[in-house]
Amino acid sequence: MRTKPKVLWLQAVTCNGNTHSLLCANPNRLELFFNSFDLIYHPSLTTNSNLLDIINSKIKIDYLLIEGAITSNTKFFSIHNHSVKDLLAQLVLQSKFIISVGSCASYGGIHKKFELNKDISGVKKSIDKKVLQKLKHAVINLTGCPVHPEWILQTMFILKAQGKISLDEENRPIEIYSTLAHHGCTRNEYFEWKVESKTFGTKEGCLFYDQGCRGPMTKSSCNKILWNEVNSKTRAGVPCIGCTETDFPRENMLETKKHIGIPFETPLGISKRAYLSITGVAKTFRIDRLRTKLIPDE
Amino acid sequence: MKMSVGNMYNYFSSKEELAKYAIKYSTRIVASELREVNNMKISSKEKIFIFTRRYFENVKKSPEIVEYFLRVYLSNREVFSNGCEGFLCVGDFVTEVMILLEEGATNQEFREQDFFTAFSMFMGALGGFAFLSGENVLEKDLLEYSDGIAENIYRALKYED
Repeated sequence: MRTKPKVLWLQAVTCNGNTHSLLCANPNRLELFFNSFDLIYHPSLTTNSNLLDIINSKIKIDYLLIEGAITSNTKFFSIHNHSVKDLLAQLVLQSKFIISVGSCASYGGIHKKFELNKDISGVKKSIDKKVLQKLKHAVINLTGCPVHPEWILQTMFILKAQGKISLDEENRPIEIYSTLAHHGCTRNEYFEWKVESKTFGTKEGCLFYDQGCRGPMTKSSCNKILWNEVNSKTRAGVPCIGCTETDFPRENMLETKKHIGIPFETPLGISKRAYLSITGVAKTFRIDRLRTKLIPDE
Repeated sequence: MKMSVGNMYNYFSSKEELAKYAIKYSTRIVASELREVNNMKISSKEKIFIFTRRYFENVKKSPEIVEYFLRVYLSNREVFSNGCEGFLCVGDFVTEVMILLEEGATNQEFREQDFFTAFSMFMGALGGFAFLSGENVLEKDLLEYSDGIAENIYRALKYED
């Protein structure tokens, strides 16, 4: 019988959100994952080995998945009295593929905003440059807060089947991060005609103009690969907060930054002149169908 | 134009179509002027002064264009109700005004306010003064008023601490 590829899940400075996300994957897909891979260590799951045993044994790890930001400051975070940066350095030498799971592991995420600890970074930045240059495979970033469970599973299955995966300029799998959160949004007709949503949680209206939605400038497949297979933030009536982009988290995320009523940022790749040409015209039309409730109040 | 009235209908299916084409044509001229000014590497205040002067020069050189806008387009909205609603036929120019205002506010030269209140300060002053010029009630040459009008537009928009 062929041995299954070994997977180790390291938790660094994290809220545990990506673990929660993984465990909320489609049960059939999660079962397939456990049948296809040998999860030798995860701090939230029962495994046969502990982390230090694995490091000391120098056992080869096929997939090192890291959740959370990296720091060398043991005052704020340590495992077995070791800094997570030191542990990561050991594990990297034992691993074939290194995957940052979530925004914190990818580039520091929200922990980078913590002013009392300046020594916070993502996985790639925390790996010694010489070691980084010798890696056979680039560090893969699965950005998102949290990352969608299916994005983790798809990445793992592609790597297992093909031994490689195409990445974008942020080292994210292109297949998953090539489209915008805007693509597949059920509010696109409201976006086209500039009909704004007045509050959260409604079925009608676009969340881009007032409520800070980052869907048109965020690379993410949230509206193609739905959460829990049924929904997304924008479908539920709250704006995309752009959590897969490296400028996340931003300030005032639930407001659209505007000057003289005109959005400061335009959809990705669209010049301000092109955007204003279209929206300036659209705004002057009144489409009554888009201004009435889809399901009338009783 | 040295063209018979009947010949016009070889090019335009109706008077309405001719009217729409005329407003698009005249709008593009003004929009092109403002786009050129918008692309200059100068302050928003200077842009207002330069564009106001160019606009008044156009009013002097081709008064029929602004006259058409004021006396036909604004006064006969029913002619333009199908296919020229809202900003549809004047979108090129409105876009350039948006860019001028938005960039001014981004650079904190202009204060934050609703787009339409800012837009009316800009277009109201220019259009109103072109109307006065067309009525021949101005005591001085139109261009002599240019900097005064530009200053008023700027003061209505400018950033305040």
